[in-house]
Amino acid sequence: MNEPTRPTPVPDQDSAPFWEGCREHRLRIQKCASCGTLRFPARRHCAACGSDESTWTDASGKGNVYSWIVVNHPVPREVFAAEVPYVVALVNLEEGVRMPTNIVGIPPDQVKADMPVEVLFAEVDGMVLPKFRPRAE
Amino acid sequence: MFALRDKYAITGVGETPYTKNSGTPVLNLAVEACLKAAADAGVDVKDVDGIISYNFNDSAPAIGVATALGIPSAGYAVDFAGGGNAANLITLAACAAIEAGLAKTVLCFRAMNGRSGFRLGGGREFQARGITQYTAPFGWITYPQAMAMWCRRHIIKYGTTAEQLGEVAVSSRDNATLNPRAMQRSPMTMDDYLASRFIVEPFRLYDICLESDGACAVLITSADRAKDMKHKPVYIMGGAYGGGPNQGDDLFDAIRWPEHSRNYAAYIADDLWKSAGVGPSDIDVAEIYDCFTYSVLMQLEGLGFCKEGEGGPFVQSGAIRRNGSLPVNTHGGLLSEAYIHGFNHVLEAVRQLRGDAGPLQVKDAEIALTTAGAMTCGSAMVLRR
Repeated sequence: MNEPTRPTPVPDQDSAPFWEGCREHRLRIQKCASCGTLRFPARRHCAACGSDESTWTDASGKGNVYSWIVVNHPVPREVFAAEVPYVVALVNLEEGVRMPTNIVGIPPDQVKADMPVEVLFAEVDGMVLPKFRPRAE
Repeated sequence: MFALRDKYAITGVGETPYTKNSGTPVLNLAVEACLKAAADAGVDVKDVDGIISYNFNDSAPAIGVATALGIPSAGYAVDFAGGGNAANLITLAACAAIEAGLAKTVLCFRAMNGRSGFRLGGGREFQARGITQYTAPFGWITYPQAMAMWCRRHIIKYGTTAEQLGEVAVSSRDNATLNPRAMQRSPMTMDDYLASRFIVEPFRLYDICLESDGACAVLITSADRAKDMKHKPVYIMGGAYGGGPNQGDDLFDAIRWPEHSRNYAAYIADDLWKSAGVGPSDIDVAEIYDCFTYSVLMQLEGLGFCKEGEGGPFVQSGAIRRNGSLPVNTHGGLLSEAYIHGFNHVLEAVRQLRGDAGPLQVKDAEIALTTAGAMTCGSAMVLRR
C-alpha cells in the first residue's frame, strides 16, 4: 500500500460548485429552484419535492456548534500525527443546514455546545477547506 | 411490522474461537460456525436450503459458504449489505424467507477476520469521494470518530458522565471474566476505565469495542419442525428493523439526522414490542449492541427501559449488572467478549434461554432481547424459550 496521503475532496457533478465556491472564499449552499429547500450535501434531486432544478446561494458563514469531538489518536498517523489534538465539529449554519468542519483558533478544551462560530477558508495541501472559528455574538 | 410471532425458532448455534489472528481464511471460519450450528440442531447440513449473511468489511459470501458446506440446493443464498445494524435483520429475513416458501431450513452467519484481516477504520487508503469528500479532509475518518459525535450530543443534552459510560464497560468486563470464550477476561475497575487514554474525546480506549477474528451462526426453521430437533426451540416472538429519517448514504452521512442524542432504537421500539406482544418489563436478559459504551445508553432509552436521557443514571444504579433488574451483555458484549458485528449477542441470548449460560446464567430467563445497531438504523429481536 502506498504511503497514506491527506484525503482530498474529489468533486463530482453535484459538489463541484461547492468546492469552487470554497476556492473563491464563498460558502455556497445548494437551493431547490422549485420549493426553495436548502440542501447539503449537494444532490441532483430535492428530497422535499423531487425537482432536479437547483441554484446556489451564498451562506452567511455564521453558525453554532451542534456537536464536536477531539481527535487524540491520529488516523492515518502519517497524515494527522502533527495535528492532534484537533477538533471536528458539526456546525448548524444560520441558514438551517448542518456541516462537518474543523474548529480552529481556540484550544480544543474550550469548545462549547452552541458556541457561535464563523467560517474561514483554510488552504491545506492545495485544497481550500471551510473551517470555523469562534465569533463574537 | 413483523407478523410471525412464535412461528419460527432458533434450533442450533455455532461459533469459532474468538481471536486476534485466526490464521485461516474467513470462509473457513464461516464454515466451522455453520457446521457447528447444524450439528447443534441435529440437522444434516446437506438439508439446509437457505443461507444468509451480512457484510461490511471482512466477510465470506453466503453462496461460497454453501458451496464449501456441500449444500446441494441453497435456494435462498443472500448477502445483506450491512454492519452491526443487520445482525437481527438476517434472522428476521430467514423467517420471512421460510414463510414465503423460499426455504425450509436456514443458516444465518457472520464471519470476519476483523483484526488480522480487514480492520475497520484503519489501514486503508481513504478516497474522499461521495459523502467522504465532506468529512475525511477534516480528519473525520474512523468509526470511533464518527460515533463520538453521537456520544457528545448525549452528553450535551443530558449531562452524561464518564462514570456512566464507564459503568457499561466495567459491567461488561465483569461478566467477561466468567466467560471462557471472551477475548478480554482480566478484571477492570472504574479507575482502570477512567485512566485509559483518550482516543477521540469523549471516548477513552475502553469505550471502544474489540477487534476480532471469528464467526457465529444460527439455524432457523419453523416451530413445527423445531419440535423434533435436539434442543428445546428458542422462538422468535417479534422483531424490527429500521431507523429514522435522513439516514444518508453511510454512517458519516448521518449529518442530517434529526438529533444525535437518540438513535434508531427510538424509531423501532413500537414495532418491536407490538410484534412480540410484550414490553420492556417482560425482558429477563438483554444483549444490547455495544460497539461503543454510549450505544447501550441510547438503546436502553429508545426501547423504553428508562426515560430518554436517563440511560446514564439507569446503568449507574446497577440495573444492567448480571444481578440487576435487567442483566445486559451477560457474555461481555462486543466490548469484552468479541466483535462479531453483534451476532455473538444472538448466540448468548439463545444460551441464556436454553439455560446453558453456565456461571453467567440469568436465573429462570424466559424472554430475551437482542439488538444490533448504534446510529441511524438497526435491528432487534425478542426471543423466548
